[in-house]
Amino acid sequence: MSFDIGLIWSRMPDILGGFGLTLVIWLVGCLAGIALGFLVAVLRRNVAGLNIPLAAWMEVTRGTPFLIQLFLLYFGGPFIGLSLEPITAGLLGFTLYGAAYFSEIFRAGFAAVPRGHIEAGECLGLSQGQIMRRIIVPEMAVLVLPALVNMIVLLLKETAVLSIITVPELTMMISAIGSENFVFVESLFLLALFYWAMVEIAGWLGRQAEVKLASFRPAT
Amino acid sequence: MTAAVIVKALRKSFGATEVLRGIDLEVAAGDVTCIIGPSGSGKSTLLRCIAFLDQATDGYVFVQGEPLGFAPDASGARARLPDARVRDVRAKIGMVFQQFNLWPHRTALGNVTEALTTVRGIAPAEARERGLAQLRKVGLAAHADHFPAQLSGGQQQRVAIARALALEPQIMLFDEPTSSLDPELTGEVLNVMRALASEGMTMIVVSHEIGFAASVANRIVFLDGGKLLLNGTPKEVFGQPRHPRLEQFLETYLDRGAAILA
Repeated sequence: MSFDIGLIWSRMPDILGGFGLTLVIWLVGCLAGIALGFLVAVLRRNVAGLNIPLAAWMEVTRGTPFLIQLFLLYFGGPFIGLSLEPITAGLLGFTLYGAAYFSEIFRAGFAAVPRGHIEAGECLGLSQGQIMRRIIVPEMAVLVLPALVNMIVLLLKETAVLSIITVPELTMMISAIGSENFVFVESLFLLALFYWAMVEIAGWLGRQAEVKLASFRPAT
Repeated sequence: MTAAVIVKALRKSFGATEVLRGIDLEVAAGDVTCIIGPSGSGKSTLLRCIAFLDQATDGYVFVQGEPLGFAPDASGARARLPDARVRDVRAKIGMVFQQFNLWPHRTALGNVTEALTTVRGIAPAEARERGLAQLRKVGLAAHADHFPAQLSGGQQQRVAIARALALEPQIMLFDEPTSSLDPELTGEVLNVMRALASEGMTMIVVSHEIGFAASVANRIVFLDGGKLLLNGTPKEVFGQPRHPRLEQFLETYLDRGAAILA
């Protein structure tokens, strides 16, 4: 078996298109998932009536495979009048899936902020909103950042699942080239390389953010 | 003249356990009142109820004549006051905690100026000046840009005192301010508190520092089993003949060499 990297090279525009779409879905999905996850964690903390339904949604989302959720959304959606394009369904499913995990990370972060730090704010007359913005969120951000980065990296690899519902992202594009030309090893090798490079870059960026955010902690 | 703090028939339960069993207390303006008593007697709970950090099960707290947290409504029933009203009355109080509770992401100066800018709406430059003045008062102006993790326990507690003083409270509450500190660091915090007392600040101090209580406080309150057992001047409370329960409590201190009261 030959290792024909030239063939892969000749299809580079298609590959880069898929790569670009993967990046967009990943970044947009993570940002939306973080925002939604944060909102869910805040609502569960502050609105007693929403805690149980939101916890149930989170448990179901975390307790079922992403692939099944995606199938239900894309193929099951039309049965309830929700016909979505593959990219839209993929991005929506990806966001909801990530949000469930992010909400748990934020919930744990809220719980980890010492009660006394909040009481100090209350004693000084800060409103609940000011305590959230000025004390809880900055303290929590440092505590949850490693878990957040880990989840973001994990989600990058989950984007590959979107190929199953024909989203033309990186895995679908490279797999298609492999299938059409019987160059499976080359395509899979390249695919692994792309994901690995992206994960390394994301991890490095996360570490920089951790150093920056935790600058108030003296080096040990 | 209205008392600085009035506690009326205060009760607090945690589940089935009643921690405060009807406390009545008046603290006059300028008084330094030390609350002492064995562990579990309800000292910290009483202080936290005065600051409305814990909500009393029954009874009232008045700060300079204004109810804090709960007040009798038109029918005489005990009614919860709105948060904004709680904040207004609580602004008269400064609180210092056993665990300092400094915000780790803010410098010493940032901790002190936070409420000045966000609550009082003071411009950052002026807040900085006021914050530095408070840090100077507790001997920490040179550490203004240090984060809490870069300060010793005693320094952190002094920053916490400066943070509370920055809002110019009329009453300072101290909840075991030296219990987390070793003896050397305890001294620097007690010195700041002595200076505050000499300026005429009304202070309510929960402390195990019997020596401090005897030498600085002009009122001693002894709690036992959630009840106020003794309330008087240090001479009245610590002088002979002593209440048998207090005698028993003090023996533990004398055993540890704190024979200041002998």
